[in-house]
Amino acid sequence: MTEARPKPAAARGPRLLAALVRLPPLLWLGAFFLVPFAITLKISLSEPATAMPPYLPVLDWQGGLEGWTSFLEALHFGNYEMLASDALYRDAALSSLLLALSATGLLACIGTPLAYAMARAPARLQPLLVALLVVPFWTSFLIRVYAWIAILKPEGLLNAALLRIGLIREPLELLNTQAAVMIGLVYAYLPFMVLPLYAVTSRIDPSLREAASDLGASPTRIFWTVTLPLSLPGLVAGMLLCFIPMVGEFIIPDLLGGSDTLMLGRVLWSEFFSNRDWPLASAVAILLLVILVGPVVLFREAETRRGEAAR
Amino acid sequence: MHAPVPPRPEPLVRIDRVSKTFGAHRAVDGVSLDLEAGSFLCLLGPSGCGKSTLLRLLAGFESPEAGRILIDGADVTGLPPHRRPVNMMFQSYALFPHMSVGRNVAYGLQGLGLGRTAIAERVADLLRLVRLEGLSERRPDRLSGGQRQRVALARALAREPRVLLLDEPLGALDRGLREETQGELRALQRRLATTFVVVTHDPAEAMTLADRIAVMDRGRLVQAGSAADLYERPESRFVAGLLGDVNLIEGRLGGGRPDGRATLETGFGALVAGAPEAALGPGEPVVAAIRPERVALLAGPGEGLQGTVTDAVFLGDRIRRQVRMRDGTLIRAASPVSADPGAGPGTEVRLAIPPEAVRVLAP
Repeated sequence: MTEARPKPAAARGPRLLAALVRLPPLLWLGAFFLVPFAITLKISLSEPATAMPPYLPVLDWQGGLEGWTSFLEALHFGNYEMLASDALYRDAALSSLLLALSATGLLACIGTPLAYAMARAPARLQPLLVALLVVPFWTSFLIRVYAWIAILKPEGLLNAALLRIGLIREPLELLNTQAAVMIGLVYAYLPFMVLPLYAVTSRIDPSLREAASDLGASPTRIFWTVTLPLSLPGLVAGMLLCFIPMVGEFIIPDLLGGSDTLMLGRVLWSEFFSNRDWPLASAVAILLLVILVGPVVLFREAETRRGEAAR
Repeated sequence: MHAPVPPRPEPLVRIDRVSKTFGAHRAVDGVSLDLEAGSFLCLLGPSGCGKSTLLRLLAGFESPEAGRILIDGADVTGLPPHRRPVNMMFQSYALFPHMSVGRNVAYGLQGLGLGRTAIAERVADLLRLVRLEGLSERRPDRLSGGQRQRVALARALAREPRVLLLDEPLGALDRGLREETQGELRALQRRLATTFVVVTHDPAEAMTLADRIAVMDRGRLVQAGSAADLYERPESRFVAGLLGDVNLIEGRLGGGRPDGRATLETGFGALVAGAPEAALGPGEPVVAAIRPERVALLAGPGEGLQGTVTDAVFLGDRIRRQVRMRDGTLIRAASPVSADPGAGPGTEVRLAIPPEAVRVLAP
């Protein structure tokens, strides 16, 4: 088109409507994500104070331009320097990442065979299997994690059972260890790993496996060359769905972990509630966000690629 | 125990009283069938007749409840698919969507102890064989239906199977392409001298492709033979009706004749028939199968089966007429255009049917 023609009036109506439809989600995002994020970012650049709110500076809305400049001048990166210089935070970040990574790896190892078994179960059994995976969610998360204390404590169910069958003489020290945190993480996040994997795996055409078998591939080779590559999008989705919340997990390390379990979620909590250092806690929250941007971008990219492959 | 001396050379494939049930459904019911090396067999029948299950039993995707399958004299009944010297081309083609055309074709060649260059050469040969040179790097989803079909064929041929199984190989192609591909498939089979087993529900396709057709119905093997055998000498009403047009005329078997032929009492007169195949006695209800092109029309009055032409249709190579007999039975007669009696609707005619064209079958 070389000539710009005036748009017919009829086309403008739907256009306006489309803009209106797009508005509520944008307002929602602004009100419940962007504004709180800006506030958190601002607090992370402030100074703790024994006041209400417990940080300085606070913008003086009546102060005009002068109020703004003094407000902006008072902001600084001290909290981030603190995070960088104090080994505690670096260790917490590293150990959070490490714990989340190893739990994600363990979840992939457990979830993959589980999802495949579900996908290959008789069709009438599959809804039941999915229900068995999902039903525990109807109980409070806190209660389910709490139940693990009863299982893992020295006089708990697991130790009692092991003692009874004579496998151990002394109760094992399980509760308040890294192992307990790992067990809790794997238990709590398993459905997030299995469900996307199952969704993708169950849609793989069974004749592809038959064709591979017909072409001389052993079951092991079929898994590595056909089933796994075709279920990769589900595996990636599952791993990210588990990894991202696990890095910032608080309840599980707090209830099952010992004093040596250093995770960002716990640090965040103690800065907020024990030390009442809101600015530092906000800086930790921002740090967590920055750490997780990488995997989220990765996830988005995998989704886009899958969308392209499906076309 | 000593094995009986085989009457002829051992067949390449022997299916020996094989049965397979799914729940209460007998998909394959006591089927026995021998296959000569280098032959082209078609399993023909309506959907649900068990032909695909029989193919899957040969491939090893299903295992039979009873019976044995022997290939080259070796019992393969208990072998998994990847240990059988057969390959299958799937109805859906089942191409690996995450692999290029070349890697799809090479899949069966890995693990045979071939070097990388040997595999590459073999893949190139196979792609040339199915006329897909230059498409080695393409993904299956970037190919047309006909190209996908040929990739599936090349992939199934890669391991040089003793038997190639093809499940409705042309089912997903449109009609023009299907006819062209039928010819290609037949030529390919002759050139490779590999034994082909094709499953189809299309009688015309079976007749075009195969040396031998095995007709199945409700899990049973009904009749096996060449297309001409099945067309000229059907052993049941089902087979007679499956291949081509046929007049099925009900009647009673009359007494035997000194020349060994039978007479058939029908509502419109007596028909002289060939010797009945089945053990049918005089007086029993039977059905006579007569191909329309074997019914000759004689003009004018005289001895014979009298009728009136009710319809005449010009079909290009022949003219098909419908004749109403005196009891109301309608008989179709087809005459070549070159030898047309020229009888229009309303004309009185006599039918002349040679005895060998009248097949007497159980009703």
